[in-house]
Amino acid sequence: MANLLDLKIGQKAIISDCIDEKLPVKLMELGCLPGNEVQLLQIAPLNDPLYYLVAGNRIAIRRNMASLIYLDLE
Amino acid sequence: MSSSLKVALIGNPNTGKTSIFNALTGLRQKVGNYPGITVEKKTGSCSLGPNLSATIYDLPGTYSLNTTSLDESVAVEILLNRRDPDFPDVVVVIADVENLKRNLLLFTQIKDLGLRTVLVVNMSDRMKRLGIEIDVPVLEAELDTRIALLSSRNDTGIEDLKAILSNYQSISETPSLNITKVDKAYFENLKTAFPKIDAYKLWLAITQDVNFMPIEKKVIPDRSAFSTKSKVELQKMQHRETVLRYKKINDALNVGYQKDLSKADGIQGVLDRIFTHKIFGYLIFFVILFTMFQAIFDFSSYPMDAIDNFFASTSEWIKATLPSGVLTDLLAEGVIAGIGGVVIFIPQIAFLFLFISILEESGYMSRVVFLMDRIMKPFGLSGKSVVPLISGMACAIPAVMATRTIENWKERLITIMVVPFTTCSARLPVYLIIIALVIPEGRFLGLGYQALVLTGLYLLGFLAAIVAAAILNRGLNIERRSFFMIEMPTFKPPQFRNVVFTVFEKTKSFVLEAGKIILALSVVIWFLGSNGSSDSFKNAETEVIQQIKQQGLNLSDEELLQKVSSYKLEHSYIGTLGKFIEPVVKPLGYDWKIGIAVITSFAAREVFVGTLATIYSVGEESQSTIIDRMSLETDEFGRPIFNLASGVSILLFYAFAMQCMSTLAVVRKETNSWKWPMIQLFFMTLLAYLSAFIAYQILI
Repeated sequence: MANLLDLKIGQKAIISDCIDEKLPVKLMELGCLPGNEVQLLQIAPLNDPLYYLVAGNRIAIRRNMASLIYLDLE
Repeated sequence: MSSSLKVALIGNPNTGKTSIFNALTGLRQKVGNYPGITVEKKTGSCSLGPNLSATIYDLPGTYSLNTTSLDESVAVEILLNRRDPDFPDVVVVIADVENLKRNLLLFTQIKDLGLRTVLVVNMSDRMKRLGIEIDVPVLEAELDTRIALLSSRNDTGIEDLKAILSNYQSISETPSLNITKVDKAYFENLKTAFPKIDAYKLWLAITQDVNFMPIEKKVIPDRSAFSTKSKVELQKMQHRETVLRYKKINDALNVGYQKDLSKADGIQGVLDRIFTHKIFGYLIFFVILFTMFQAIFDFSSYPMDAIDNFFASTSEWIKATLPSGVLTDLLAEGVIAGIGGVVIFIPQIAFLFLFISILEESGYMSRVVFLMDRIMKPFGLSGKSVVPLISGMACAIPAVMATRTIENWKERLITIMVVPFTTCSARLPVYLIIIALVIPEGRFLGLGYQALVLTGLYLLGFLAAIVAAAILNRGLNIERRSFFMIEMPTFKPPQFRNVVFTVFEKTKSFVLEAGKIILALSVVIWFLGSNGSSDSFKNAETEVIQQIKQQGLNLSDEELLQKVSSYKLEHSYIGTLGKFIEPVVKPLGYDWKIGIAVITSFAAREVFVGTLATIYSVGEESQSTIIDRMSLETDEFGRPIFNLASGVSILLFYAFAMQCMSTLAVVRKETNSWKWPMIQLFFMTLLAYLSAFIAYQILI
């Protein structure tokens, strides 16, 4: 299944699944929930961390966490 | 009789909570700490009408009641504990108009605690530009609360908020979500097991996600009693809870909130692309850092010189005006010299906090964290370590406290351990005075030697921090979830009032905290330097005259006086102590006076200069500057005490040594163990001694 790492800059997708012990509740509360739209805004130099727009919130997370959030790619 | 209401302000970070707190309370504020921990506790008072006043509590910023940091858990604990003396009568949830949906999540959680909850929608001045319209009465009905539209930037809406607060009895206490809807069977079991505790509070205690400290704070009884579900199952329930909350919020916003999507803020994207650019991003960051240093060193030198002169002339004036005696000496040589040693730091500290608060207020700091994270990671640090490392150049104490935003315990611990290596402003007076004494004034490629040495010392401090971090990263065996998340707030011009308040507050707390120690030590040193128990001290004058006669010298009165006073100092309490430790500091090229200054500055580095100033001014009549007096100091062979070898040795010692009791105390608090500050003290001092020793032995 595709995850957040598969997005290209500017690309949008819908979150399909994000249940994992390693994901903090905080991320979910910032809108990282199934059904919400996510867009990749920027990638930091050296490819980590990544900067997303999730349900209207601007957040940056590291690759290891981004790989645990799955997507329905359009 | 007037009664007092307890009002707690709570809200997501970056919602302008502090501006509203400032607007409500003005300067009637108190900043303290919550007992046992170093989380800042800000309270202030506010008048709500002729018979009603309020105490306002500014709780640390939090995204939700599911805490991920120490600051956040403080807020939650106060709201959970009805017996807490700070338990509020009313909670004001501050939301910003742009992120209303996410901010309302916290609102529904707080309302579920059964508290009277008011909503403030801040930054309403941006509504027009963002194309947002809010129907207040409809939204109030949907959310079952009172709402104040407020703009702390334009100072509107504060009176509306006060009016709502003064009528606090009418605010609803009904929860907004029935938590048992998440999983009926599970919550029924809980209810049978703990009939007396509110279901939502239990649920919060069960699901607390504290990854922040090695120890977890106990809010409510043993959690094993209700761990009938696995971690993943609990997480699924939290998902359901969050979805239900957002559904409720969306329903409310659909009728009471409208946004014209054509008015999207395109400038934000452009700014982000520039500030996080692979090349320009770093370039801008380094230009900002460079400007900051320029300001701190160049601009602040003028007020610092003025302060220095002011205290020198005050001391002179006191000696000239007041009748001579012990008290006058104490005032002029102990107290004034001590206060001067603190006040001289104000310009630099103020400049540094000015820059840091502007960078934070504008939203730029998050971009630095984003840019630096991957670069810091191999050293066991986080992008969020950059802020403490920069703050460390002002003072390690707020820097250690600033590590609280780092979620990963190992990264946070490493940051705390290495922050004291960064060149804090307390080292600066030592550096400045020693560089002025031993480094020649010449230029190399147009750059002054002295400035080059100073820059080199800053780089050395940073290098030491990075190397120490890399070593700790390999050596520390702590398994923690790697967890990094940062919100990238929208860019906005910093609010003047907030910047001024921050600068004022941080400077004040530095002056008061460090000032107490420095002042006390200065007085103690003055006392020890002007008293003694040995016969040589008491009979100083006759013994000196005898010596001079034996040597057949012919001295003027002034020279004689000077001989007597230095003889007295040598046989005072402090002289005796200094002679005792001399063998330890001799290999580093120090005499007993420097030794005393080094010892006393284990309390705080800046005491070094103060101590030397006090030692050299005890019994001194002439008002020459400290540097002049220090350059005249010679050893028994007539060579200057402050030469290149001993100077470099002092510089290296101060670059590495852990000489700050306050930092050790704050590290103890933040790590909850004496182990870490003791490791810092031992290894940093060892490194300092060895490098100073090697440098002196090579250069001499």
